[in-house]
Amino acid sequence: MSTSLLIVQTLNGLQLGVLLFLISAGLTLVFGVMDFINLAHGVQYMLGAYLAVMFYALTGSFLAALVLGLLAALAFGLLLEFAVFRHLYDRDHLEQVIATFGVILFLNQGVKFVWGASPLSLPIPEIFSGSVVLMPGLLYPIWRLVIIGSGLLVALGLYFLVGNTRVGMLVRAGATNAAMVSALGVNIRRLFMIVFGFGTMLAAFAGIMIAPILSVEPGMGDTILILAFVVIVIGGIGSIRGAFVAALLIGLVDTLGRSFAVDILRLFMSPSPARTVGPAIASMLIYLLMAVVLYIRPTGLFPAKGQS
Amino acid sequence: MTPASGAGRRFAVSDLVALAIFVIFALVPFAAKLGPEAYVLTLVTRVMIFAIAAVSLDLIVGYGALVSFGHAAFIGLGAYVAGILASHGIGDALVALPVAIIVSTLFALATGVVCLRTKGVYFIMITLAFSQMAFFTASSLSPYGGDDGLTIHARDTFAGFAWMKGDGALYYVVLGFLLLTFLLCRALIASRFGRVLRGARQNSTRMAALGFEVFRYQLVAYAISGALAGVSGFLLANATNFVSPAYMSWQRSGELIIMVVLGGLGTLYGAIIGAAAFIIAEEWLAGFTEHWKMIFGPLLILVVVFARGGLIGLMSLIAGPRRD
Amino acid sequence: MTEPVLRLENLRKRFGGLLVTDDVTLDVVPGELHAIIGPNGAGKTTLINQISGTLSSDAGRILFAGQDITALPVHARAQCGIARSFQITSILPEFSALENVALAVQAHAGTSYRFFGRAQDEAALNEPALAALRETGLAERAHIRAAHLSHGERRALELAIALAMQPKLLLLDEPMAGTSHEETERLIAVLRRLKGRFPIMLIEHDMTAVFALADRISVLIYGRILASGKPEVVRADPQVVAAYLGESME
Repeated sequence: MSTSLLIVQTLNGLQLGVLLFLISAGLTLVFGVMDFINLAHGVQYMLGAYLAVMFYALTGSFLAALVLGLLAALAFGLLLEFAVFRHLYDRDHLEQVIATFGVILFLNQGVKFVWGASPLSLPIPEIFSGSVVLMPGLLYPIWRLVIIGSGLLVALGLYFLVGNTRVGMLVRAGATNAAMVSALGVNIRRLFMIVFGFGTMLAAFAGIMIAPILSVEPGMGDTILILAFVVIVIGGIGSIRGAFVAALLIGLVDTLGRSFAVDILRLFMSPSPARTVGPAIASMLIYLLMAVVLYIRPTGLFPAKGQS
Repeated sequence: MTPASGAGRRFAVSDLVALAIFVIFALVPFAAKLGPEAYVLTLVTRVMIFAIAAVSLDLIVGYGALVSFGHAAFIGLGAYVAGILASHGIGDALVALPVAIIVSTLFALATGVVCLRTKGVYFIMITLAFSQMAFFTASSLSPYGGDDGLTIHARDTFAGFAWMKGDGALYYVVLGFLLLTFLLCRALIASRFGRVLRGARQNSTRMAALGFEVFRYQLVAYAISGALAGVSGFLLANATNFVSPAYMSWQRSGELIIMVVLGGLGTLYGAIIGAAAFIIAEEWLAGFTEHWKMIFGPLLILVVVFARGGLIGLMSLIAGPRRD
Repeated sequence: MTEPVLRLENLRKRFGGLLVTDDVTLDVVPGELHAIIGPNGAGKTTLINQISGTLSSDAGRILFAGQDITALPVHARAQCGIARSFQITSILPEFSALENVALAVQAHAGTSYRFFGRAQDEAALNEPALAALRETGLAERAHIRAAHLSHGERRALELAIALAMQPKLLLLDEPMAGTSHEETERLIAVLRRLKGRFPIMLIEHDMTAVFALADRISVLIYGRILASGKPEVVRADPQVVAAYLGESME
C-alpha cells in the first residue's frame, strides 16, 4: 500500500463521488419536492452520454457535443415528463417504481435499437488529455481532475442557487412541504418542471463527462442508479447538502474499499481467504454503510423533512 | 351502503377465481399434449415457481404495505441451499428443503430487524441493500461457481424417491407447493395475526394505541414471506438444474414487484395471475422481436397509468371487491 | 383520599424554544371524570400525547396505578390499560365498524400470534365488540366500512374502540370535535352512562359537555395548570374567568 496509490485512489474516489453527486442531486430534489421516485434517472444519465457521442460524430467538437447533448437531453427529459411522469405524481411510490422501470426497459432497449449493443466511446478533448504530475512519480489523468473540478463547481453553483435565489427558496420549501407551497399560490407545475429539467441536465452532464472514461453502452445507467439511490437515502431525501456529503462518502468508501479491502483483510487473515472474501466485502461496503446509517438514523443524515 | 367485504362470508367470489386458476394449472399438462408439450410444461412450471414467490411478496406488500425490493434474495438463498448441498452429495429434499426454509427465515429475521425500523422508500432501499449484499456474496463464492453459477446434476429426491425427476412429476410437485402456499397465506390473512398486519397497513399509530407492538408482527410476517420465497428458490434450482447469482439481482426483485402489482395487490390470486401474465408476455413478445422490451416497457407504463389495481382491478366487476 | 389511577408529576415538554408543558402536576382518581380545558395552543393534546406515550417528556414522571410508566412505549401503556381516543379520528378505514372494535378486543384477549382460524368468526371477539358498539349507539352500523361512516359516527367509533379495550384509564381528546349539536348530545349521554365505571380524562372545548360531566376541572393555559378543582370552584375563579372563561361562558 503505497502513498501514491492511496492518493490516486482517493482522487478516484472523489471523482466517483462528484459524479454520484451530479446524479443524486437531481434525484433527491425530484423525490423531495415532487415525492416522485424516478427510477428512470439512470437512463437519463445514459442518454446524455449517447447524445453527446452522436453530436460529436456530427460536429467533431467536444464542446459542441456537450452543449447540444445537454439541450437534447433536457428536451427529451421534458418530453418524458410530459408524456409519462406527469400522470404519476399523485400515484403511490410502488406504481411510480413500476412505471419508471418500464421507462428503463424501453430506453435501454431503445439505445440498443438505435445505436447497437456494442460500447461506444467519446474522446477526451485535446487540451485535457494526458496526465499531470502531482508528485514525483505520480501521474494523474487531467480529465479526471476536470471532472472533479466541474462537479465541485456545479455543487457550489447549486448551493448558491438553492440558498440565495427565489427559485432556490421555493425548491427548498417544496422539499419540506410541497402542499404548503402550492397552497401559497406558487405555480407548482412550473416549479416541478424546473426541478425536473434541472435534474435531467445534471444527470446528462454527468453522463457526458464520464463518457470519455467509461464505455457508453446500454444499461450503463443501471448500476449508477442504485448507487445514486443509496446516496440519497444516506444523505436524506430532499437534501442537496445530504446528497453532497453522502456522494463523496460513498465515492471514497467504494473506491478505497475496493482497492484496499484485500490488503486490510490481510492484516487479520491469511492471503488466500482474504483474496476471496475481500472483493465480496468491497462490493458490499456501501450497502453495509447504508444499513448502519439507516439503523441509527432511519431517515438519513440530513432529511429535508426533518426527523419524525 | 356497501357492506365491508368479507364480513361473515366464508367463501367469496375471489375463492372461485382462485379455484379456477388451480384447475387450469392442473389441466395444463393434458392440454399441452396437443402442442409443444415440453416447452409449455417448462414455461408453466416456471410461472408457478415465481407465483409462489409473488404470493409470498403479496402477503407483505399487498396486506402489510411493506414494499420489499429485495425479495429475490430469498429465492436465491433457497436456490443456493439446494445447489450447495447437492454439490456436497446431499440431494434429498427431506434435508435440503428444511435447510432452505431455515436459511431464508434466518436471513429474513436478521435483515428484518434492521429494515423494519424504517418506512417508505427507506424500507425499499434497505431491503434492496441487503439483497445486493447477498448477491455479491454469491458472486464471490468461487467454489460454487461464482458469477458463472453452479450446475446441479440431478433433482432432489424425497426420502430417496425421485419425485421430481420427470418434467411432468416436477410440474405437479410445484403445483402442490403453490396450492399449499396459497392456502397458507389465505388462512394467515384471515387469522388474528393477519388482522393485525392488515390493520398496521391502514394505521400503525392506531395499532400501537390499541396495544400491538407492530414491529414484532411485521417481523414475523416478513420471515414467513421470506421462507416461502426460499421454497420458491429451492424449486427453481431443481427445475432449471442451475443456480446463479442472477437469481438474486435487483432486477429480479423489481420483476417480482411488477408481477404482484400487475396482477393486483392484496388479493393473493392476483399475484399468481401477475406472475403468469408477466412471464408469458415476456416469452411471447420475445418471440416477435429481440427488441421486445421496447414494447414491454410502455405496456407496463400503460397498465400502471390506466389499469389501477392491476389486471384484477380491470376484472373487479366480475371477481368482487378486495378480500379484506 | 383514594390512591390516584394516574399521577403526573412536574411534567415538562419543550418544542425548540417553546415550553409546551410547564411543570404540570395533576392526578385522576378512580371513578372520576377529570376534564382538562384551555384555549387552543395551551398544550392539551401534547399533554395527552405524553400520557399515552406518543411523545416523551423532557422532565417529570408519569405514574399509572402506582407504577412509573414514563419510559414505556405506546403499546406497552395501552397493554397496561390506558386507552385513548384521538382528536383527529384515527380508525382503520377499510375495516367495518365491528372489525375496528373487534381488533381492540383482540388486543386484550389472548395472543394475536394465531395463524389459523378466522378472526372474523370469533364470538369471543365479536360479542364484546357489539356490546361496545351498542353503548355508543353504533350497533346498526356495525357492518359498514369505517370509511363510509359520517364524521359523528366516526367520533362514536373512536369511543367504542377505547371502550372495547377494557380501559383502566380512558383518555379522550376532544371527542366532540366537529360533531353536530345532536351528535354532541348523544355523546354526552354516552359519557354520562360510562362515568364511574372507569376513570376518564376528558379534553374538551365544548363547555356544556364539560360542566355537565366533569367531577373535577383543570385549566391549562400556556402549558401551566392555572386552576384545578370542582367545576363550581373553577367556574368562579377570577383568574380562570379572566384568562379563559370570560368571553366563552355558557
